[in-house]
Amino acid sequence: MTDEPQRHAVIEVADARVSFGAVKALDGVSVKIMPGECVGLVGHNGAGKSTIVNVINGGLTPHSGTISLSGTAAVRYGIGTARANGVRCVFQELSLCPNLTVIENTRIMHQTLTGWGWRRRAAAIIGAKLDEIFPGHGIDVASPVSHLSIAERQMVEIATAFSHVAQPVRLVILDEPTSSLDASLATQLLAYVRSFVAAGGSVILISHILGEILTTSDRIIVMKDGRVVAERPATEFDEHSLVAAMGSVVKGRDIAKTIKPTHGLQPLLTAAERRGKGLSFQAFSGEIIGLAGLGGHGQTDMLVDLYLSHTSNWMNGRAPRVTFVAGDRALNGVFPLWSILKNLSIAHLSGLSRRGGLLDDTGEAALGQSWKDRIEIRTPDVDNPILSLSGGNQQKVLFARALATPAPAVLMDDPMRGVDIGTKQEVYAILRDEAHKGRTFVWYSTEMDEVCLCDRVYVFNNGAIVAELKGEDVTEKNILAASFMGAAA
Amino acid sequence: MRKILSSDTVRLLIPALSLTILLIAVFYLQPRAMSYIGLNLLFNLAVPIALATIAQMLIMTVNDLDLSMGTFVSFVACVAATFLQATPALGTLILAAAVATYAALGVLIHVRNLPSIVVTLGMSFVWGGLAVLILPAPGGQAPEWVRALMISKPPFAPMAIIASIIIALVSHFLIMRSSFGVILRGVGGNARSVERAGWSIIGARAATYALAAVFAILAGISLVGLTTSADANIALRYTLLSIAGVILGGGEFTGGRVSPIGAVIGALTLTLAGSFLSFLRISPDWQIGAQGAILIVVLGLRLLLNRLERREKRA
Amino acid sequence: MTRLASLVRRPWIWSFVAALTVWAATILFTGGASTVGLSQAALTFAAFSILVGIGQMFVITLGPGNIDLCVPATMTLAGTVALKFMNVDNSMILPGLIVAIGIGVAVGIGNYALIKLLQIPPIIATLSMSFIVQSTAIWTNRGLRIKPPEVLAKFTTETTAGIPNVAFVALVLSVLAFILLQKTVYGRWIAAIGQSIRAARMAGIPVDGTRFITYILCAVLAAICGYLLASFSGGAALNMGSEYLLMSIAVVVIGGTAVAGGDSNVPGIWGRRCSCSWSCRCSTPTAPAPEFGSS
Repeated sequence: MTDEPQRHAVIEVADARVSFGAVKALDGVSVKIMPGECVGLVGHNGAGKSTIVNVINGGLTPHSGTISLSGTAAVRYGIGTARANGVRCVFQELSLCPNLTVIENTRIMHQTLTGWGWRRRAAAIIGAKLDEIFPGHGIDVASPVSHLSIAERQMVEIATAFSHVAQPVRLVILDEPTSSLDASLATQLLAYVRSFVAAGGSVILISHILGEILTTSDRIIVMKDGRVVAERPATEFDEHSLVAAMGSVVKGRDIAKTIKPTHGLQPLLTAAERRGKGLSFQAFSGEIIGLAGLGGHGQTDMLVDLYLSHTSNWMNGRAPRVTFVAGDRALNGVFPLWSILKNLSIAHLSGLSRRGGLLDDTGEAALGQSWKDRIEIRTPDVDNPILSLSGGNQQKVLFARALATPAPAVLMDDPMRGVDIGTKQEVYAILRDEAHKGRTFVWYSTEMDEVCLCDRVYVFNNGAIVAELKGEDVTEKNILAASFMGAAA
Repeated sequence: MRKILSSDTVRLLIPALSLTILLIAVFYLQPRAMSYIGLNLLFNLAVPIALATIAQMLIMTVNDLDLSMGTFVSFVACVAATFLQATPALGTLILAAAVATYAALGVLIHVRNLPSIVVTLGMSFVWGGLAVLILPAPGGQAPEWVRALMISKPPFAPMAIIASIIIALVSHFLIMRSSFGVILRGVGGNARSVERAGWSIIGARAATYALAAVFAILAGISLVGLTTSADANIALRYTLLSIAGVILGGGEFTGGRVSPIGAVIGALTLTLAGSFLSFLRISPDWQIGAQGAILIVVLGLRLLLNRLERREKRA
Repeated sequence: MTRLASLVRRPWIWSFVAALTVWAATILFTGGASTVGLSQAALTFAAFSILVGIGQMFVITLGPGNIDLCVPATMTLAGTVALKFMNVDNSMILPGLIVAIGIGVAVGIGNYALIKLLQIPPIIATLSMSFIVQSTAIWTNRGLRIKPPEVLAKFTTETTAGIPNVAFVALVLSVLAFILLQKTVYGRWIAAIGQSIRAARMAGIPVDGTRFITYILCAVLAAICGYLLASFSGGAALNMGSEYLLMSIAVVVIGGTAVAGGDSNVPGIWGRRCSCSWSCRCSTPTAPAPEFGSS
């Protein structure tokens, strides 16, 4: 950092507010990135990290707040403006075209790379950048992206973001860049980040590996519940104080959890160690089991595997052993052309069909009415289209779908995303009630409060279960520690 | 790291092998085919099929499918044998309008998010109807210059072979080498990231459809050049042949994975398969069935190759 | 919004409106002279298209990309083999039908085996299959034209109370298809798969089993149609199914089934099919039901 007072921030976001429905994703966040600094951004799921990143790269316009570039306020800030001002972003999900070669992908990312011989120039640019960041990378820039490993794709994506074609690169946002890189590649990348910053560039680094954040960043911003809760030079933090900053003040909980004696009982569901490492999974009758850890660390994969291995793709027995509540409603939850009732009854049709194989319409209507009342689906008529409901109420329908079946085990894939607090409380009560009756719930949640409701919690990290917490040990502090510290091991 | 074969080569391997094996088999069965005239006879009809296959491949590049290819080529053949022959200016105008229609279809499909098979199926009735209007009964006459071009006898290799090579090279340059082609394939592979990089997806789709129409028009004109007259049903089987040609040549239905050279080879293979089966003295009853079996075997082989490739990558 | 929604819910109304309009126009054109004969002929050909259209509708309901191009070849093979098997013997009518259905089942199994085992898109799998089935038909046919058993020929060509018998068959099968789609677990399953194959799987639907049955059902309906059509036209012809392929798709699409999958309706097929036949009759009143140049 220099001491010139008139130096302008590369980008400054002031008092940004974004809300998705009832959820406040950003609640007055101000972030200022100076030239020549690396800013670490940490926080648990839903803290607002990806939202602020989207605001900075132009993909999302905040509902209020201002964005200034180099000291001048930007009007109509969008992806185009961001790119023109040298803001680049490496997303967590892959944004390369798998059918194109590395060179061709470079061409797509850089519109200005035109004219004869663009292939040669693109190859030179991307090749040089790869050599610079990852010496000895061994990537053939003429090979299609689909032939590269996940790590190699990530390397290409990072190199593309840092490569300079027409506009200089001023700020690069790296969202979990090391998640698919091995230790030596990660070291190379972090070393490059330092040299990029030393040359006057800026980097925002998001990572769940706190060691990386601490060693690479100049300054660390800690977010929680859509707010910046701490912002200090990296030297003033250590791993424990970071974890402490991310968590809330530990609230006294009045739910007394009983650790059920499981020893000697026959588990209802089991799963071997994921990817051959970590702990194995067991679920007993009447338990509510939480799957915790940072989002995308293998929880959904395990739920889906559990579900698929207990159901058949060819025949449907009368009594399903497991049922599934989807979190990504649009992808694997609702049937958009159908009414609420049909969406609700689809998993339990075998229980609604009469002797001749025909559906029992009155039985179906009664089922719909009883669940509408029980779980309070807010609609005048269950024959209305499912899409007429709000997201939270659609989610209730999916709950009712699963609970209406006689299946003894219910798998839940982060089903409360975007659901308002009132609905949540209703659903929590139903879950407790059903668990008392002997149903088992396996519940992946990205929200700490929900995980803390569970009897037993498995914490995931990098696709494997790294910790098991029981009863009183299920606390925010322990879960945060396991999901962040586990990476170091 | 294994860098022996690039993906393009792997993709071309099966179609090229099948064509070579078929060709060897044909020569073995009928040594007289191994001559200038023999080759010309064998591959005569390959040129229009290859052009139609390239047109279909363009549409498939952006993850769509054109079920009106056959009727459109028939329509063009009818226009070529009537208007283009009698009043070239009017004929050219009609064909230009057809290209514009295709571009509009691309925009419509993209903007309204319609399934391409429905739109093109609907259009197949339009093209078919127009073709019947132009030529209610078989007839018409090929324009002189087209006829002359198609029956010309260049030195060294027959016209059909030279034309196929030119088609393959031109379309390879257009789709695989030019930056326009990169955008098209990018749209097929990951439209979202192409859009995020600031390209117009609508424009890309419209251009793809227009270019496909141009290739289909060339297919219709060259077909008339070979047959000298046209008829409203002349090319109906091109719809299925062109799709099969693209698939045989290593293309995929989705993901923007196509290979122009492969597609031309696929078209040649399909053309040759017919001759091969007749040389084999397979009862004519089984000729179509054998084509189906060839298609299945090639697809099975490809599945096997893909599996091996995947396993190798995982290892 | 509500008015729009109610229109969307009943898309098949429009296919009936179109059918009636075309029918009225035809009567005006022909001066009402041949109204009865024209309507009967139209209904007969409509009935055959409806039979294959129903099967195609089930397949298309399974979602984007699902389509059975093997329909014409199945019709030809079933018609050819069944006639040969019956060999102009009235007592063999029922066994002949069973043979036709058996062929349908075999083709359906073959289709889905290709789709599943070779992971080929349905459009190519059923296309390849159709080549093989067609060759088998050519091979069994050998240019011979065996007449249908007399009773069967009579049944398929005659009318009852002014309505062609085959139209009754189509009506009965349509009602069955309607019940199957609207009132049974199976109907719900295919509609669910068509809307989202992944959501269907996660809701506990046996996706592979359901798709398998659907491809068999489509082939069986095509086979029954081939059996009746061959009897109607006095013998199986090799190209007899070809005009029904695009028709079967078009009929379903225009009748209101979403090609994107998950939504289908039986009444729409009827309305649309009748209007097509009438318009064709109108344009070429002498030819035996040519279709819009689709071959």
